[in-house]
Amino acid sequence: MSLQLKTTKERPSNAAGAPGPGTAPGRPAATRPRRRAFTTRRGLVILAFMLPAAIFVGVFTYYPMIAGSQMAFRNWKLSNLTDTSWVGLGNFVTVFTDPAFGVILGNSLLWVVASIVPQFVIGFAIALWLRRRFRFRGVYQALIFFPWAISGFLIGILFRWMFNGEFGVINDLLMKTGFIDQGIPWLAEPGTAMFAVIVANVWYGVTFFAIMILAALQSVPDELFEAAALDGAGKVRTLFQITVPYISTTLALTVLLRVIWIFNFPDIIWAMTGGGPANQTHIITTWMITMTQKGDYGVASALGLIVVALLLVFSAFYLMALRTRKEV
Amino acid sequence: MIDTETTPARITRFAFLGLWLVISLFPLYWIVATSLKAPGAIFRYPLEYWPVELSFENYVSLFETADFGTYVVNSLLVATAAATVATLISLLSAYVLARFEFRSKSAVLMAFLVTQMIPAFIALGPLYLLMVQLKLVDNRFGLVLVYIAVCIPFCTIMLRGFFANIPDALEEAAMIDGCSRLGALFKVIVPVMKPGIVAAFIFNFVNCWNELFLAVTLMNKDENKTIPTALNGFITSFNIDWGSMSAAAVLTILPTMILFAFASRYIVQGLTAGAVKG
Repeated sequence: MSLQLKTTKERPSNAAGAPGPGTAPGRPAATRPRRRAFTTRRGLVILAFMLPAAIFVGVFTYYPMIAGSQMAFRNWKLSNLTDTSWVGLGNFVTVFTDPAFGVILGNSLLWVVASIVPQFVIGFAIALWLRRRFRFRGVYQALIFFPWAISGFLIGILFRWMFNGEFGVINDLLMKTGFIDQGIPWLAEPGTAMFAVIVANVWYGVTFFAIMILAALQSVPDELFEAAALDGAGKVRTLFQITVPYISTTLALTVLLRVIWIFNFPDIIWAMTGGGPANQTHIITTWMITMTQKGDYGVASALGLIVVALLLVFSAFYLMALRTRKEV
Repeated sequence: MIDTETTPARITRFAFLGLWLVISLFPLYWIVATSLKAPGAIFRYPLEYWPVELSFENYVSLFETADFGTYVVNSLLVATAAATVATLISLLSAYVLARFEFRSKSAVLMAFLVTQMIPAFIALGPLYLLMVQLKLVDNRFGLVLVYIAVCIPFCTIMLRGFFANIPDALEEAAMIDGCSRLGALFKVIVPVMKPGIVAAFIFNFVNCWNELFLAVTLMNKDENKTIPTALNGFITSFNIDWGSMSAAAVLTILPTMILFAFASRYIVQGLTAGAVKG
């Protein structure tokens, strides 16, 4: 009996719909029952229900990650397991002095920025135009959702075939429409190869933005638009002064999550170019996987730590910028 | 809607949406068309925009020359087992995270979220060594264990959102009637949450079905390879046989598309709920 009473008391903190448990309104209500009952059956229920998940994630996700971070400071090569001595920052020096690293870092930035901007713009346009109801809207949404069911690796294969220099459909279409006179060997040149992998990524990611932004748009109350219309605001003005500010937090967080995700997304490049030609289309994560396959776990782990550090710093600055803008 | 749309605006809108529809579907059409062409017809000039001579030769050779049947069975086994167990385990953890308040709750949620930011392949090397120690390299059971761990965090977060929509009066009533908490969860809540649970299962299944880097690292023998692992072998060879490749791609994509068509509504719900409310 006592169990049920307690869960009832906790209800307000859940009902507030707070996504994070640490949100202010949930806290005070939750403090009392927790203190009273943690050693009782309630605590056992929590422990028993959480344990399987904790074991799996702990053993197969967190243990390798933490074990891997110390490898970054050791000479850890699969080819020579007898000498795994401490090398301090040696692996990092190897990474930073590698002449390819500059290209790889530049590619990573290009890959993220040049992918996310068109994804956002096209996704926003689709969401805006989908907000108004029309016949078959549901069907349309289901159809443009399809690319999402495909894995990044297969998308890479699809586009590798379409960007094929000799028999690729993209060259054929461009020649038919008169944009080019002869086929471009897209994936054989660093510049065009980078362009091609980004095109594939844009194609893949637009849907995600369209879905997230549409959901955000549908959360804007109609009264706001009515009021804006009464005040004589035009469409463009309504968009930039009512709609965008209202959903700006959602937009900003969606972009942040996407930046992190794309930065960590090697699949398309892996399938289309494998980092080639001559390592010119590698991003940090594809490079990391290549190093793992070569058996150089020390350098691979150093690259992993560099990825985590870059993303942490970026997220911190991004969230700080977001907060200051909100306060002004 | 209070504003009316002018005709040019309407035309622009439908033209744009139509164009995007064509762009979204064309690559899918193209791979299907390629796979159905007769061998040799893919390398014919001018390009044929539809299979002039319809042929299933590519599919046949996929099963005859490459051992595609084995890869399909492996993928099916691994993905089904991992998705089932991961969904069950996540159901328990999501339930606790939705219904209880406890001290380490935010830490647990944070630990789950972090795994979504830092992908599993960041620790490929150490994971491989761990699996060597456990004697689980080149072992489908081992891959299942790793996939379960990969699926649990997002699945938990997704299911937690669905639990929040269900009043806890339901299980309280069941528990007054003498059900245990576990019994109440499975007899009373699970039936109500069925669509959400199915969606979570499908999401897990599709992720495991598609996973590449972990499988490539952990599965070396041909008889143990999953479909993506095998395809990875195809593309790293010098001459890609685009005929069989396209057939393989279609066969890999097809099941996930069918499953997604069923579950997309719930997956979208799961994805957007957190973001919009937060």
